[in-house]
Amino acid sequence: MLLGRVVGCVWATMKDSRLEGQRLLLVQPVTPELKRTGRRLVCADCTGAGTGDLIYWTRSKEASYAFLPAEVPVDATVTGIVDSIHLKRD
Amino acid sequence: MILARVVGTVVATRKDPRLEGKKLLILRPISPQGKDEGGYVVAVDTVGAGCKERVLVVSGSSARMAEGCKDLPVDTAIVGIVDDVQLD
Repeated sequence: MLLGRVVGCVWATMKDSRLEGQRLLLVQPVTPELKRTGRRLVCADCTGAGTGDLIYWTRSKEASYAFLPAEVPVDATVTGIVDSIHLKRD
Repeated sequence: MILARVVGTVVATRKDPRLEGKKLLILRPISPQGKDEGGYVVAVDTVGAGCKERVLVVSGSSARMAEGCKDLPVDTAIVGIVDDVQLD
């Protein structure tokens, strides 16, 4: 899993039937220090996260396991909303 | 998933028989604002996307979960045509 921040959302009318009813969020990956890193991507959502929320997201086929037993064709899903991060500095 | 724009098609006669009848499109990844982000990818189309349309693309083994792609040798599939992107 990786950290990210929700920065928007995506609408699509023509889509795979199993994506019906799924919220599609735009996510900016961030470092544990909350600095932006890498390209923004589109994630499905199983948490009800909204714009501005710090979240963690799951990559790859495991992202679709959040919706089992439905087989949803997604490769990135927001699987948690972060309450807090504690980093130990050396 | 990533956002991409359809920029072309691929035609192949000799191919894996399970890919017969599948439409292959060339995609360029784009930013949420619609700017080209470099690179390209060939994807199977499952939603009837056309040239210059913005699409939603799923990669890796999840691509095989797209409609009609079960057990197909594909790693990238178009699963949606983007109407709108809201960036806050």
